[in-house]
Amino acid sequence: MGMEGIGASVVRKEDRRFTTGKGRYVDDIKLLGMTHAHFVRSPHGHARVKGIDSSAALKMPGVVAVLTGQQIVDDKVGNLICGWAITSKDGSPMKMGAWPAMAPEVVRFVGQAVAVVIAETKNQARDAAEAVVVDYEELPAVTNVKAAIAAGAPQLHPEAPGNVVYDWELGDQAATNDAFAKAANVVKMDLVNNRLAPNAMEPRAAIAQYDEAEEHFTLYTTSQNPHVARLVLSAFYNIAPEHKLRVIAPDVGGGFGSKIFIYPEEMVALWASKKVNRPVKWTGDRTEAFLTDAHGRDHVSHAEMAFDADNRILGLRVKTYANFGGYMSLFSSSVPTYLYATLLSGQYNIPAIYAEVMGVYTNTSPVDAYRGAGRPEASYLVERMMETAARQLKVDPAELRSKNFIRQFPHQTPVIMAYDIGDFQASLDAAMKSIDYAGFPARKAKAKAEGKLRGIGLSCYIEACGIAPSKAVGSLGAGVGLWESAEIRVNPVGTIEVLTGSHSHGQGHETTFCQLVAERLGVPVSQVSIVHGDTDKVQFGMGTYGSRSLAVGGSAIIKALEKVEAKAKKIAAHQLEASESDIVIENGEFKVTGTDKSIALPMVALAAYTAHNLPDGMEPGLKESAFYDPSNFTFPAGTYICEIEVDPGTGKTEFVNFVAADDFGRLVNPMIVEGQVHGGLTQGIGQALLEHAVYDGNGQLITASFMDYAMPRADDVPSYKLQHTTTLCPGNPLGVKGCGEAGAIGASAAVINAITDAIGNNNLEMPATPDRVWHAIQASA
Amino acid sequence: MTAISLTVNGKVVSGNVEDRTLLVHFLRDHLNLTGTHVGCDTSQCGACVVHVDGRAVKSCTMLVGQADGASVTTIEGLADGDELHPMQAAFRDNHGLQCGYCTPGMIMSAVDIVQRHGGQLDEATVRHELEGNICRCTGYHNIVKSVLDAAGRMNAAQAAE
Repeated sequence: MGMEGIGASVVRKEDRRFTTGKGRYVDDIKLLGMTHAHFVRSPHGHARVKGIDSSAALKMPGVVAVLTGQQIVDDKVGNLICGWAITSKDGSPMKMGAWPAMAPEVVRFVGQAVAVVIAETKNQARDAAEAVVVDYEELPAVTNVKAAIAAGAPQLHPEAPGNVVYDWELGDQAATNDAFAKAANVVKMDLVNNRLAPNAMEPRAAIAQYDEAEEHFTLYTTSQNPHVARLVLSAFYNIAPEHKLRVIAPDVGGGFGSKIFIYPEEMVALWASKKVNRPVKWTGDRTEAFLTDAHGRDHVSHAEMAFDADNRILGLRVKTYANFGGYMSLFSSSVPTYLYATLLSGQYNIPAIYAEVMGVYTNTSPVDAYRGAGRPEASYLVERMMETAARQLKVDPAELRSKNFIRQFPHQTPVIMAYDIGDFQASLDAAMKSIDYAGFPARKAKAKAEGKLRGIGLSCYIEACGIAPSKAVGSLGAGVGLWESAEIRVNPVGTIEVLTGSHSHGQGHETTFCQLVAERLGVPVSQVSIVHGDTDKVQFGMGTYGSRSLAVGGSAIIKALEKVEAKAKKIAAHQLEASESDIVIENGEFKVTGTDKSIALPMVALAAYTAHNLPDGMEPGLKESAFYDPSNFTFPAGTYICEIEVDPGTGKTEFVNFVAADDFGRLVNPMIVEGQVHGGLTQGIGQALLEHAVYDGNGQLITASFMDYAMPRADDVPSYKLQHTTTLCPGNPLGVKGCGEAGAIGASAAVINAITDAIGNNNLEMPATPDRVWHAIQASA
Repeated sequence: MTAISLTVNGKVVSGNVEDRTLLVHFLRDHLNLTGTHVGCDTSQCGACVVHVDGRAVKSCTMLVGQADGASVTTIEGLADGDELHPMQAAFRDNHGLQCGYCTPGMIMSAVDIVQRHGGQLDEATVRHELEGNICRCTGYHNIVKSVLDAAGRMNAAQAAE
């Protein structure tokens, strides 16, 4: 590796602008003649909209227009879509009700928009929105999955009888039943995976501009995938054909999945910008974010695991109810199915698995992918089961896991996934060594003498990332392919622009992707820039989610670089009058091997563009593009071990130590990778100890601000000890696996396993607040 | 409307504003100083922290009228020309930021923390003092590292003076 190549912790190029206040986020942008939108939102969880009286609002100062749900329907703007078709056990397609961008007739969650006010200033729009009178007829609401499927429950959509979107299954039920029939021991658990609000620090925002002369729209939006946004807005919502719609996602302040989806507000801003023929800006506030950003998790599950007399797993049976909220968000259907049940084998050799998942409508905000998306739910379930099994079978939890680890690769699980490579023992060993697992009993005894309850908890997670082979996801119902594109432009002076369909909203692509170029061409990262987030600049891309940017987007860059290299070598050979096969690249120089003859990249580039002396028949220029479609998912895996201390008097949990040993394959920028792990771990810990999106029975979100929803703060979490073990991913040219979601996938089970170990009561749900922990201690006393 | 005059990043600025104008909106909308961010509406997240007369203030919780006559420093005014403030440099060098949205408020709070505590900073104190700044990306690990690193740099710079 060079100073800036693969494996170097290069300081981020983007940080000068972010540390000096020069980042450019959507809300920072002002357009000439710009108006401001404020939405009128339902205060009810379930209600019929009987009428909207805008007359008073229209007389308010600065008001340009008040637009309603009926108008957006009349203008034939399409309903929001769900892009992954799931088929129920009985062969029927999933059952969905329509989701118009603003509700013309029925609202199904608090915060759903019914109208929008467009005004000269933000305050004027906000003031006038309060003067819009909506006549609601309240309907009975249901927020809990089990209640929603019970007889007599309020019905949300006539298309989905009993509020059931689908009743899906995966795996071999008969083989699993056979495994249980043979079992020496069976471990059973009921588990709740708590609903979370994603809470990227930048609230969602959109600015839409309509150019009447060109019949062209521009949308600035807080998106993780601007090309997908353009495709969906164009193909399904009838906003404009793709060549008449430019989508720009500039600096975006965090996503965590919540900015994958195309939301009603962007659609309305675009539609309204043509209606009022002026730019329209909408910036959400934090409570709007809580109410309208797609939430995450919210599973209720029952799981059973069968063991033989030697403590080897024979089978796993899981029944999960997934709460989808009032409408099916863009990728919601895939999260509790193909992103969840396919990971239920964990790191273990499980001969038979059978999973059933029922997706259910409730009067809550829509639920979709949030950091990890399905995989945290799977990992939490498997790892709590393993810890519980170890306690029930009276064996060491590390030993039980180790005994059941998959050790031969590739490994075909009974739930679709074919793990390509891994060394689960290596990460378990690294984590145990780092935390001094062997010394724990002595530390526990010492803590006990000091009146504290000390516990240790393991979590051996695996995830499927780098999503995904297009053909595979297509066969499972996905509406899109999940490849990535790249283009390398070598300028005549030798500087390089890399165009990528990935989108950076904190991941550091502007640095990591430059390092790939530095590695291959020996060009300093200062001479390379990354272009992303603008559909007019980059032809197409699938965006950033599912820990895919490096494994898929980076591989596309490598493919394009190979083409650039091949052409540049031909030019260099021609210029140096040497054989192409004798040209090697060293530190930005094209050298004739075994001689002192060389030509620097800028001279090769100049030759390509002057075209005065190119090989016969060669086209001028030095620019190549590539599309890369992965051959398999990647499988990052690792072990997290958490040691905590509980104060029995208060139920408060304090971290003693948190160790993470991850196998992400090759690391391009270890500093950035570790930052991703820190952030993921904190979100996992947040879920375990603090965060919970809570609804009352009427559908009011009673945790709709940072006053009520406990975000992890600096003194809630420890400093982490990170270890890396490495098996190179054989599926992509970089050998990388992805690191963005791991922490959020693996951490929560480690924390709960540690607390339940400390207090001696396994009956504890997330978030394990001091109140819940204290009550669990009392219950076990 | 209220007439106001204050100093922002060393320059005197004045204007007529609606009485309800918050300092953060004055900075962002009137002065185009968009480095100061709004991340919540309840004074919880700290993305909007600036210095008013040398002290860290959540600019979403102060009317600009209350800052009349005051001296305000925003993230844009922290560096010395091209040279980053030690806190900015420490955040960059320690990967103390990812998406960058909370970063301006985080840095302004952190400068205030170091100034108040001088050389007496340790990890627990930094974590406790950052209670009013929320970051969703970094898990705080590298932010804490950055603040401790910057404290060392700032103390060294002060000692050299």
